[in-house]
Amino acid sequence: MNAFLAIIRRDLILAARNGGTTVTLLAFFLSIGVIMPIAIGPDKPLLASLAPAIIWIAALLSTLLGLDRLFLDDHEDGSLQAYSHANASLATLALAKLIAHWLITALPLILATPVLAVMLFMEFPAFLATIIALFLGTPALVALGALGASVAVTLKRGGVIAPILILPLSVPVLIFGISATNSLAGPNASHSALLFLGAFSLLTIAFTPFAIALALRSAGE
Amino acid sequence: MNNTQTIPTHPRKPNWFSRLANPGVFMGWSRHWIRPLALLTIVTFAIGLWYALFNSPADYQMGETVRIMYVHVPNAWLSQMVYGIMAVAAVGSLVWRHPLADVAMKSAAPLGAAFTALALFTGSLWGRPTWGTFWEWDGRMTSTLVLFLMYIGLVALWNTFADHARGARIIAIFTLVGAINIPIIKFSVDWWNTLHQPSIVTARGLTMPASIATPLLVMMLAFTLLFFTLHFIAMRTEILRRRANTLERQHVLATAAANKQQAASDD
Amino acid sequence: MIDLGPHALYIVSSYLGVTLVVALLIIWVRHGARKQHARLSELEARGIHRRSGVSASE
Repeated sequence: MNAFLAIIRRDLILAARNGGTTVTLLAFFLSIGVIMPIAIGPDKPLLASLAPAIIWIAALLSTLLGLDRLFLDDHEDGSLQAYSHANASLATLALAKLIAHWLITALPLILATPVLAVMLFMEFPAFLATIIALFLGTPALVALGALGASVAVTLKRGGVIAPILILPLSVPVLIFGISATNSLAGPNASHSALLFLGAFSLLTIAFTPFAIALALRSAGE
Repeated sequence: MNNTQTIPTHPRKPNWFSRLANPGVFMGWSRHWIRPLALLTIVTFAIGLWYALFNSPADYQMGETVRIMYVHVPNAWLSQMVYGIMAVAAVGSLVWRHPLADVAMKSAAPLGAAFTALALFTGSLWGRPTWGTFWEWDGRMTSTLVLFLMYIGLVALWNTFADHARGARIIAIFTLVGAINIPIIKFSVDWWNTLHQPSIVTARGLTMPASIATPLLVMMLAFTLLFFTLHFIAMRTEILRRRANTLERQHVLATAAANKQQAASDD
Repeated sequence: MIDLGPHALYIVSSYLGVTLVVALLIIWVRHGARKQHARLSELEARGIHRRSGVSASE
C-alpha cells in the first residue's frame, strides 16, 4: 500500500514540477472546443446539440495526446526495473500509475469543461450530464490509453501506434458516454447508458492493471 | 505467472501437444497437408460457385442480389473466426510460450484484415441495392469496421516489433484484450444503432430455404478452407523467415569472432 | 450466362472484387514463401547450415 501511495505522490509531484503536460493538454482540449465552432459555424442550436459529442471527442484526443510518456520516462530512467522488484505487485503499481495519470490529465479536463460548455451553448442539464458522464467514462479512457502506452513502451515509433490500438477499444466509452449525456438531459431521462458506462469503466479498471503489468514485464525482459 | 518456469526441451516421446508446439515437427507434417488442402479448397470453391451463380434461385425478396450474400457472409464469418484463432493462439503464447502460437498469431493477422476488408466491401455492395446506400451505420457493419481497425492495429504492431519473442507476448496481451472487448463493442454498437435507426431490417434474420442455405454453407466451407491453406503456407513462411534470420545472425557472429581471432594471432 | 436482374453491376463487382483480393492474397502468400526458400537456399549455397545439419527449408 505504501508503494502504491508513493507512486501516486511521486507522479503528482513530478507533474506539478514540470507543469507542462497538464497545461498543454488543457490548451489542446480547449483548442478543439474553439476549432469546432469555427468549422461548423456559429449556429446556436446545432452547436448545442453537437456539444456532448465535441466535448467527448476533445477528451478522447487529449487523453491520447497525454499518454505517450506515461511509461516511457519510467522505462528510460530505470524506474520500471525498480517497480518489478518493489514490495507490491506490478499490477498494483500500474493501478497507482493509472490513478495518478487520471488526476494529472483527465481531472483538469473535466474541470475545464464549463468553459467549453459556454462556448458551445450547452443547456445546464446537458452540461451536468456531460460532467457526470465524463467522471464515469474518463477512467476507462485513461486505463485503455495506459494499456496502449504499456504495449508501445519498447517501440521506437510507439507514440504513433498506441492511438491506432486504443481507438477501436474506446468505442463503447464514446457510445455510452454521449448517449448518457443525451438521455439524461432529454425529455424522458434514462439511466441505462450511464450504468453501462459505469460498468464498462469498472470492468476496464479491474482488468487493465493486470494486462499492463504483463506487458511491462514482457517489455522489461 | 511464474517467469522462471521452463518447458522441458527434450520430451522422450512427443505427445500431440508438443507435436503441435514444436516448429520443426510442424514443418514436418504440415508439408504433406498443403497440397491436399489446396486441392480441397479449389474443389469446394468450384462446387460453391456453381451453386451460387447457376444452381440457386433468386430470393423472392432480394432478387438476384442474394448472390452477393454467398461471398459476403463467408468473409464476415472469417473475419470473426480468424480473430478467434488469434485469441486462442494468444492464450497458447502467453500461458505455454508456444513458439508455434506466436507464428500462428502473426501470420493470421494480415489474412484476417484482408477477409474483414472483403466483408466490408461486399457488404456495402449488397447494401446499395437493398438499403439504397453503400454505407449504413448499421450495427453489423459498424462493428465489422471496428474489427477491421483492430486488425490494422495488430498488423502495424507486428511490423514495429523487431524482437519477435518479446513482441509476441505483448501482442498476445493486446489480442486478448481485444477479444474480451469485441463482444462489448458489438453490444454497444448494436445499442447505439437502435437509438439512431430503429427501422432497418436485415435479411439475415429470416429463416432461409435450403436452396439458399446450400450454396451459402458450401461457400463458407470453401472460404474457411482457403483461410487454412493460406494460413498454413504463411506459418511455414514465417518459420523459414525466422530460421533464415537466425542463420544470418549466427553467420555474422561467427565471422566476427573469426576475424577477431585472426587479428589477435596476427599481432 | 444467367440474367442477374437490375443489380447485375453490384453482383458482378462484388464477385470480381473478392476474386481480385483473394488472388492478390494468394500471390502475396506464395511470393513470401518463395522469397524465404530462396533466402535459405542462398544461405546454404554459401555453406551456412543449421547446427543440426538438417536442411532449414525442410
